[in-house]
Amino acid sequence: MDASDRTLNEYVTATIGSQLFGMPILRVQDVFVPERVTKVPLALPEIAGVLNLRGRIVTLIDLRRRLGIDGNAQGTTMAIGVESRGESYGLLIDAIGEVLKLDDATREPNPLNLDPMLVRMSMGIHRLDGQLLMILDVDRVLEIGDVRAAA
Amino acid sequence: MDDLLREFVTETNESLDVVDVELVRFEQEPNNAEILANIFRLVHTIKGTCGFLNLPRLETLAHAAEALMGKFRDGAPATSEAVTVVLATIDRIKEILQSLDREQREPDGSDDDLIAALDGMVQRIELPPAEPAHAVGTLTPQVLQRPLRPGENTLDELERAFRETPTDPRPAKPAPSTKSSASERASAEEESAKPGTQSIRVTVDTLEQLMTMVSELVLTRNQLLEIVRRHEESEFKAPLQRLSNVTAELQEGVMKTRMQPIGNAWQKLPRIVRDLCSELDKQIDLEMQGADTELDRQVLDLIKDPLTHMVRNSADHGLEHPHERRAAGKPERGCIRLSAYHEGGFIVIQMSDDGRGLDTERIKAKAIAQGLATEAEIEKLSEAQIHKFIFAPGFSTAAKITSVSGRGVGMDVVRNNIDQIGGTVDVKSVSGVGLSFTIKIPLTLAIIAALIVEAGAEHFAIPQLAVVELVRARAGGDHRIERIRDSAVLRLRDKLLPLAWLTDLLGMESAGEDNAESGYVVVIQVGSQMFGLVVDGVFHTEEIVVKPMSSKLRHIPMFSGNTILGDGSVIMIVDPNGVAQALGSTVSSQMAAAGIAQESANATAGRASSLLVFRAGSAQPKAVPLELITRLEEIDARTIEMSNGRHMVQYRGQLMPLVTLNETMRVKAEGGQPLLVFSDGTRSMALVIDEIVDIVDEHLDIQVASEMPGLLGSAIVKGQATEIIDVGHFLPIAFEDWFRRKEQAVRAAPPSVMLIDDSPFFRNMLTPVLQAAGYAVTAVGSAKAALDLLATEAAFDIVITDVEMPEIDGFELAETLRADPNTAGLPVIALSSTVSAEAIERGRRAGFHDYVAKFDRQGLIASLKEQSDLGRAA
Repeated sequence: MDASDRTLNEYVTATIGSQLFGMPILRVQDVFVPERVTKVPLALPEIAGVLNLRGRIVTLIDLRRRLGIDGNAQGTTMAIGVESRGESYGLLIDAIGEVLKLDDATREPNPLNLDPMLVRMSMGIHRLDGQLLMILDVDRVLEIGDVRAAA
Repeated sequence: MDDLLREFVTETNESLDVVDVELVRFEQEPNNAEILANIFRLVHTIKGTCGFLNLPRLETLAHAAEALMGKFRDGAPATSEAVTVVLATIDRIKEILQSLDREQREPDGSDDDLIAALDGMVQRIELPPAEPAHAVGTLTPQVLQRPLRPGENTLDELERAFRETPTDPRPAKPAPSTKSSASERASAEEESAKPGTQSIRVTVDTLEQLMTMVSELVLTRNQLLEIVRRHEESEFKAPLQRLSNVTAELQEGVMKTRMQPIGNAWQKLPRIVRDLCSELDKQIDLEMQGADTELDRQVLDLIKDPLTHMVRNSADHGLEHPHERRAAGKPERGCIRLSAYHEGGFIVIQMSDDGRGLDTERIKAKAIAQGLATEAEIEKLSEAQIHKFIFAPGFSTAAKITSVSGRGVGMDVVRNNIDQIGGTVDVKSVSGVGLSFTIKIPLTLAIIAALIVEAGAEHFAIPQLAVVELVRARAGGDHRIERIRDSAVLRLRDKLLPLAWLTDLLGMESAGEDNAESGYVVVIQVGSQMFGLVVDGVFHTEEIVVKPMSSKLRHIPMFSGNTILGDGSVIMIVDPNGVAQALGSTVSSQMAAAGIAQESANATAGRASSLLVFRAGSAQPKAVPLELITRLEEIDARTIEMSNGRHMVQYRGQLMPLVTLNETMRVKAEGGQPLLVFSDGTRSMALVIDEIVDIVDEHLDIQVASEMPGLLGSAIVKGQATEIIDVGHFLPIAFEDWFRRKEQAVRAAPPSVMLIDDSPFFRNMLTPVLQAAGYAVTAVGSAKAALDLLATEAAFDIVITDVEMPEIDGFELAETLRADPNTAGLPVIALSSTVSAEAIERGRRAGFHDYVAKFDRQGLIASLKEQSDLGRAA
């Protein structure tokens, strides 16, 4: 395959439990350690709370719960900052990984037996050495209240 | 050129808005030369500027319109047809301006239709013979020379230049002279008055940005204050204090720049109403009061559409056609009234019309059809509660969809917009008489004072504006939390305040278990609803900058926003409206109607009272209005003593008589004895009961009057026949000579009192109380009956009247009595459930001698005594 044919995209990778995820680097504003998180009563379970990040109020999303990954949130120490429609969000993760350059051509469609909830949020799978990387659709991940309202 | 053009567009848009309003006025007062001159001047300026900027389409239109208006000025009658054409022209000019704003150039298109209409109108107008030649002279070339316009520009421009130039240099000259010579000051002041207050245009964006920066500054200041608060001795203290003051002033200053008169939101209404009149073939007057009341721009923007919508609704659905109005005995011209005024940190906007009011039956049917409530539920609702359904999403009762309203944008949108800015909207409707909406909105959204509280280990902010007071409730203390079944209440100055725990409302774990009887109670008022919010701790008040909630959290009705505190943490701002709704909007709306004298004709039926339902003596439930009860007690039966053949108990250092409902009822010998305590000044009596059943909100409708002493009658409460207790009957039994002894001195001949109240309940309750106090009482159910009675036998010494009554209200009655020489000297005491300073003032003006709260029996007796003594002395 020619180098010119390839469309390389950069992905920020992160892990929750043993699962590896990636999201387009262009969508990632920053990575931060959430501190002084204020819990919001009556909020949806996926909302971990809000916090003040340099004068902005950021809504924290419990990505583990959002993706339906088992296990408790003890390990979550980091958050990936993203923006959507002028609002700031933080996606809670266990650990941040490296930035990978991946070829779109090698991305494979979601396996048929993938949890339909995950299918909505996954843009496809990359096979890495010994690990599968799921590419997340950030906008879909943030469609929290909307999906619920539609259901 | 761009800037010039932009400025032109802004300025012209503003001028056109004025022209709109003025034209409508002019149509109504065709002889007012001043209005016409004003319109003429504005259109002329527009025309001149267009020529200057080379905007031929606009210029031609403005010119043709000016020509027609010139005819009006020359004395031609301003027919509605002609005004319509001019208005249409102005609309076209606006359209062109819009695309001019977008594309920086005039859009292509032809205005021949309008020009022809305008010219046709000009030609059709019969000119007064004095100056036909001149008029035709100006008219003809302008019509024909349209292609030659560029040549004519210079003329217009010249004319304009002559008009405009002299005013410009003038302010420049006197300015230096003011400083140079004091003697010239007077004349200089006169001069400087002419150019008016100096102003510059600033884009809204700049102001918004300024506001954001000030908000951030306030936050930073708060953070600094927080830091310094922790250090007792700090050299930063003094400068920080100054910084703090300056920040506050800056905040106020910037806030002021954002203030705009509400008239700006009303500006388009006269035109809208006028157009609707012709479209719907109705006659409508639009009255506006308080147009100069100022409020935040952002708020103004948000209420503009709701207001317009409501006025449209009124014109379309509310006001009837002239022939219907005639048939209903109303003047043919309908009236829509808008008013605005400040009240506390709020602005209150009222919109009312004298149309047919809401169709309760149709709303009921629609609510049931839409599944908002079941038939059974609806039957229990008061009329006012049913009317509230119009705010439900997707609710529209218009039978047919017209072009005017009923476009699927309903009152729910209005309510949403108002909710968004932390406001409330209330509706009052009287079938056949009219409809009124009351909107209450905060003056500004950006920065508010908030009380920081703790609940379940989290902190929350409660907007200070909603907080009436703080009460520390302690078990065994003066203020303690009492329970009636599952409902917690706090007795606060003779009122039972419903309580709710913030932790419960928010679904949180409570911090301590021992707070069942104690806690900090934040007394909150939302509209007419008052309740206590129990929190675990109260800290301080802080100026907070309201930041909108994340869209993922906006669905939570309990919060209106969030903010960053001085210590850098994010906290949620509790929305008092949301809490009030969660508490159930059932809490009596009895105190509603504040300031609004016009009470609904169905008020009696619609007025809900909180009733305490209990059992005593028999299985049949009994009820008494909660307002009358001072306290609920459960005493140890062994502490009950017998004295002088009566049951007594030591209560707060005094002997309190116990009264049973009837002779067959027994006071318990052991165990807990529940009591209802009624107090009157320093005396208390207790009614012995078996158990408290519930507290319910019902509109009291006594269906079967009772012959039995002590019972007013029976009513249906919660679907069960319930006996309503007449407390007035038991008071004299307990106190025996209590009232009499006090009043003995003046009892030579019992003064006669006329009591007017539309509610049979209050009549029945007050009559025995007044009789016991030594007055001869005649009770009537309406002001009309009272006037009739006074006309036949004017043998009354004092009149006591309810203020809120259907048809003729208390104020009107007092005015009527004042106006009649036979009754002018008669003392009138007003009884009202709302005792606001405003209402009292209004009462004084209407001629009330005194104003007493409805449940303040002692106040009433004292006032009666005072008035009858005065009467005797006179």
